[in-house]
Amino acid sequence: MIELSNVHKGFGPKQVLAGVNLTIPRGESMVVIGGSGTGKSVLLKCILGLMTQDSGTITLDGEDTLKAERDAFLARFGMLFQGGALFDSLPVWQNVAFRLLRGSLARPWPEAREIAVEKLRRVGLTPDVADLFPAELSGGMQKRVGLARAIAAEPEIIFFDEPTTGLDPIMSGVINDLIREIVVEMGATAMTITHDMSSVRVIADKVAMIHGGKVQWTGPVADMDASGDPYLTQFISGSAEGPIEAVR
Amino acid sequence: MKPITYPLAALGRATLGFLAMVGRVAIFAGQSLSHIVRPPYYPREFLNALLNIGYFSLPVVGLTAIFTGAALALQIYSGGQRFSAEAVVPQIVAIGMVRELGPVLVGLMIAARVTSSIAAEIATMKVTEQIDALVTLSTHPMKYLTAPRVLAAILVVPALVGIGDIIGIMGGYIVGTKQLGFAPGAYLTNTWNFLETADIVSSLVKGAVFGFIAAVMGCYHGMNSGRGAQGVGRATKTSVEAAAILILAANFLLTSFFFTS
Repeated sequence: MIELSNVHKGFGPKQVLAGVNLTIPRGESMVVIGGSGTGKSVLLKCILGLMTQDSGTITLDGEDTLKAERDAFLARFGMLFQGGALFDSLPVWQNVAFRLLRGSLARPWPEAREIAVEKLRRVGLTPDVADLFPAELSGGMQKRVGLARAIAAEPEIIFFDEPTTGLDPIMSGVINDLIREIVVEMGATAMTITHDMSSVRVIADKVAMIHGGKVQWTGPVADMDASGDPYLTQFISGSAEGPIEAVR
Repeated sequence: MKPITYPLAALGRATLGFLAMVGRVAIFAGQSLSHIVRPPYYPREFLNALLNIGYFSLPVVGLTAIFTGAALALQIYSGGQRFSAEAVVPQIVAIGMVRELGPVLVGLMIAARVTSSIAAEIATMKVTEQIDALVTLSTHPMKYLTAPRVLAAILVVPALVGIGDIIGIMGGYIVGTKQLGFAPGAYLTNTWNFLETADIVSSLVKGAVFGFIAAVMGCYHGMNSGRGAQGVGRATKTSVEAAAILILAANFLLTSFFFTS
């Protein structure tokens, strides 16, 4: 279980997170939504330790993430980055098997390649993609490779940062379905950051909306449409009228 | 604050900013060295860096050295004629190339070719979240990106300097024997007899120091780049400027150390 308690993070005079409280139970898929610049990605980076919160605590199964042994802590996570963040200098299979070629999870190269090809197949890519370089792939294929890399070491927790940004609606649907299938199949705890409502409806067990640096609303995805929260209602409808200022 | 103190305040801010940057670079350089000696090691990255910094720099180093050596021979010959000292061309070309021009020109060429490429590559990795991806994959960016490049530069740039010295001397030899009328055997004998061990040692030590500076500057500015294309461009430009200036400053200090006692 991931637990955030009164987390603050600012950049200069701008307070991005202003007391975030959020619990992500083990095995559930939490989707965090909110407008651009509301601190969703910052929240995710604070949990992973890519940024350090100014105050407040983040715990994973009761252990403070700032005090955890880094390698063991990070070995529990997989992450799909917004732009894929694939390593340009490595072929696709080495990107997917990156963790399996180095460090505590290192395996022989042929075995790592076999696992990488299997994971590529799992995300709908054929084995011939394995030897291509990331620059030779389309945006949708890069996302799939990023997804394969995120699940390659079978992590307990998977983070997805804007998984459908920049994709056409059909490819978005494919990626959403894949994420849902994989999370269910692996029994993983998942946290997804998005402002794509179609992703929310497919991926989420629970939803948290961030606004003004705090969690504005949180609850099961089924309750989202009837929440009565004016911020969430405006966000879902995409209306310019409402408590969320259209010009930010 | 009164307007009259504004220039002083600006000067103070600039000085403090500069000193802070010097401190950050020094810490980064120290960390780079410490990561070189502490596991885990990435031999594949190290071999790639050796190839990129060493082997692929050979053409530019060779061309720079041969033309410099040739021009140096012409300059010394025409300058030496003023006081009937044309005969010292082999000796002065040798000492000029080995002590100064070889290491400095190779260092500057490495700053232009390698520092810029390291800075641009790492800065692009930063803006496309590849550095964050490395961290989430339990890989320390300093160990994976910086340590192999810095170690490779420390080891391979002295070799490039040695090769540059030899090619530069050969440039002088070609001009000396084909254009200025020196006897080939005498030219080489004079060159060989005149050089001392300290000349060669200083040349190679300078190469190692310049290689370290070039790689650290590329990595530092890449890791600390701003956002977007402009951030990558600025990191690349600043890294080359800083590396070139530091190489010239280090050259002065090393020359003082080796030859003024």
